[in-house]
Amino acid sequence: MAYLKKSPWLIHYDASSCNGCDIEVLACLTPLYDVERFGIINTGNPKHADVFVITGSINDLNREVVKNIYEQMPNPKVVVAVGICACSGGVFAECYNVSGGVDQVIPVDVYVPGCAARPESIIDGIVKALGILEEKRAKMTEMEAVHA
Amino acid sequence: MSKEVVIPFGPQHPVLPEPIHLDLVIEDEKVKQAIPSIGYVHRGLETLVEKREYPEYVYLAERICGICSFIHGATYCQGVEAVMNVEVPERALFLRTIWSEYSRLHSHLLWLGLAADGFGFENLFMDAWRLRESILDELEATTGGRVIQGSCKVGGVRRDIDSETLDEMVSRLEGLRGELSDLADVFLNDSSVKGRMKNVGILPAKEAYDYGAVGPTLRGSGVSSDARMIGYAAYGKIHFTPVTEDGCDCYSRCAVRAKEMFASIDIIKEAVQKIPDGPIEVKVTGKPEGEYFSRAEQPRGEVIHYVKGNGTRHLARHRVRTPTLTNIPPLVKMLEGCELADVPVIVLSIDPCIGCAER
Repeated sequence: MAYLKKSPWLIHYDASSCNGCDIEVLACLTPLYDVERFGIINTGNPKHADVFVITGSINDLNREVVKNIYEQMPNPKVVVAVGICACSGGVFAECYNVSGGVDQVIPVDVYVPGCAARPESIIDGIVKALGILEEKRAKMTEMEAVHA
Repeated sequence: MSKEVVIPFGPQHPVLPEPIHLDLVIEDEKVKQAIPSIGYVHRGLETLVEKREYPEYVYLAERICGICSFIHGATYCQGVEAVMNVEVPERALFLRTIWSEYSRLHSHLLWLGLAADGFGFENLFMDAWRLRESILDELEATTGGRVIQGSCKVGGVRRDIDSETLDEMVSRLEGLRGELSDLADVFLNDSSVKGRMKNVGILPAKEAYDYGAVGPTLRGSGVSSDARMIGYAAYGKIHFTPVTEDGCDCYSRCAVRAKEMFASIDIIKEAVQKIPDGPIEVKVTGKPEGEYFSRAEQPRGEVIHYVKGNGTRHLARHRVRTPTLTNIPPLVKMLEGCELADVPVIVLSIDPCIGCAER
């Protein structure tokens, strides 16, 4: 998928967040912040997504779900962990059903801390992730050229 | 005869901002049975009472859910205050009422948006969320937080709002009323919205009651039940009647929420008129001993916080019964016999808040 350049689509999954960050992720898409003007669309289909926005921490039940969504996404792809729970477990780190941040299961490219993360910082994180996506894409194109 | 097929719905699904899993047993296009399984966002928050002292735990109680955050915090405080026999100043109770109603407004607007998105009305979704931002602005200006406010504490509230600001807030809400009624008008009168929601997901009054539905799910079936009527915080001093609808379908539940927004504005207006001067908190010392069931009305229905103190700084037990959890059995009932294509609308019609339900 390295030939696709514009309009990065994102998929959002709530691992075990309290909703706070999830509604802020959605708020980014709506008129006040409106990231859709940059061509960013929230899709429900992992196979259409370039950016994986994940909120909340990992537990035993959602471990496989998160892995599954990540594996279904085509390369190049980036992962943005939104909220302190997705980064480290946050206030819930001591809970018995929280095993920690998202990076235990899948590689994370950008960490956006905050409880709840503000839309401004989420947008900032996603913009950083787009830079990383661009680098990954360049590397892929290079590899393709070598193999061709 | 066609044979039965099981279709999984969730945990990751386009209409669900949060994970819930339903196994739908389908025959032709009809749902014969829906089997829910939950636990994807379970954290085990209630056990943290052993690690956090009771005044600190307010922050965690708020983080049960990011949508109903303020009301969770306030209900928890209410419970601890009752256990410790703390007399909370009037002004604090009125401020809690005002913030609770702002939370309800933002939650209902959020739901109306998600419902519109659920039945494919993208523009309406954006419009609802645009209006929601002005409510969040008020919350941010008065408490410091957009979705997690942290302005409630055991013994009162952390911040005061001066009377000038309160008057300005009311006048801004009055200005918003027109825009809100334009929005509500689409949900209540648009023929395609009606076509999508009328006679879908029927839940007769008796069944709603027997299965333990709460909040707009119950009031949409014509049962007038609202925890605000018990008069906690300042609700006892405010004139208010619960909004009910008799349709027993998704449309009625939507109408209840749309009309409750205006009821909330009226409550805020009356609370601002009646708010007394005085302190906003009392100093709380000592250790809670005893138990209490604290009840409050959330945007999704009645929530119960059970707190039990054992004479130490740590509570012995904190247990929450959230509205979404009690609304799942009625949801399973509604899904029986519905069309597969109606499942997203019906699931959304109970306003599922899985973060609350699983904690």
